[in-house]
Amino acid sequence: MGRKGIETLVGVFVLLGMIAVVFLALKAANLASFSVGPTYALSAKFDNIGGLKVRAPVKSAGVTVGRVTAIALDPQSFQGLVTIELDSRVKFPADTSAKILTSGLLGDQYIGLEPGGSDKNLNGGDQIKMTQSAVVLENLIGQFLYNRAAEGGSEKK
Amino acid sequence: MTATEFLPTLGRRALEVLRGLGHSAFFFVELVKNVPAALGRPHLTAAQVHAIGNYSLVIIAASGLAVGFVLALQGYYTLSRYGAAESLGLLVALSLVRELGPVVTGLLYAGRAGTSLTAEIGLMKAGEQLAAMEMMAVDPKSRVLAPRFVAGVIAMPLLAAIFSAVGILGGYVVGVQMIGIDPGAFWSQMQSGVDVWDDVGNGIIKSVVFGIACTFVALYQGYEAQATPEGVAQATTRTVVISSLAVLGLDFVLTALMFSTPG
Repeated sequence: MGRKGIETLVGVFVLLGMIAVVFLALKAANLASFSVGPTYALSAKFDNIGGLKVRAPVKSAGVTVGRVTAIALDPQSFQGLVTIELDSRVKFPADTSAKILTSGLLGDQYIGLEPGGSDKNLNGGDQIKMTQSAVVLENLIGQFLYNRAAEGGSEKK
Repeated sequence: MTATEFLPTLGRRALEVLRGLGHSAFFFVELVKNVPAALGRPHLTAAQVHAIGNYSLVIIAASGLAVGFVLALQGYYTLSRYGAAESLGLLVALSLVRELGPVVTGLLYAGRAGTSLTAEIGLMKAGEQLAAMEMMAVDPKSRVLAPRFVAGVIAMPLLAAIFSAVGILGGYVVGVQMIGIDPGAFWSQMQSGVDVWDDVGNGIIKSVVFGIACTFVALYQGYEAQATPEGVAQATTRTVVISSLAVLGLDFVLTALMFSTPG
């Protein structure tokens, strides 16, 4: 086989490898959903971020509009400071509220944005004032037991 | 054996091991130094990519398909107990991309391509071809070894990617076509759980490291083989043993470095 033939076969091999990498990136790991367009950053403070992780999706009405880029503890207020990046095409009103929600019963946590009615929009660097923390199962169960105990106590009276 | 015999024997063994390590390290540095020379002669490297990569395609694709089939069957068995059969795509993709793809490809590569590299170079040495090249003032390291090294490092990640991709398709065939999992859930769970950089990217880094390690071991064993039929046979055996152990050992180290903190 001549040099040309071998080089063609090598080209086929390399092409197959490239297709495999692209397949893994797009079909198995959905690189496509990462917005490559311009983004702007917002921050929000939560009393408890639960199991929220960096790169978790930010959704509004169930549609992914951005990602969590950083999580830190605010040393003054001892709240979780979450930085998110949103697609620049989507602008939210200034009185938008942020909640930490869970997809499914045991799924990953994400941030849900609920737009308010303000005329002004949030700009890059702004902070979302109204936030709702993650639901921590232990607290929920504790509260439930406490309520039941309180109910039981009141019935006896 | 008395202590007077035992201590010198132990000392000699330890020194031999150290000498071998140092020798191979110098060989590795020489090899890396000759990489630009190999890149300057792309047709030599291309011929080796053909020998290493193209001829390994069938065994890699067949193994990937089989591993994907079995992963889907076994994964479904366990996941269906917890009512999480829809996560099968995620299980198959993560195991392939993070671990099985690079590792199994590395082991197959050591058996399929590493042995042929060792035997070829060992026989070249036994036939005094390498010595003849040196007589003609051609450095066999830059002419023979470096193109094979570069070709191995190029071919290995591509083979591992093909292995993983074919394996995922195999998992799809068994999971969706045979067992009847919803195809939408199969792909969407996979896409939401597999990260491009953390999972796919680290898998590719692993396969590059394994490519370097396996090709280096194969070339070193071939180059240092005793110039006899038994010597070449032993060198080929050592290539498979050392490469396989190196892949498994390096895999543990890399996994600990890359994935030790979940999320």
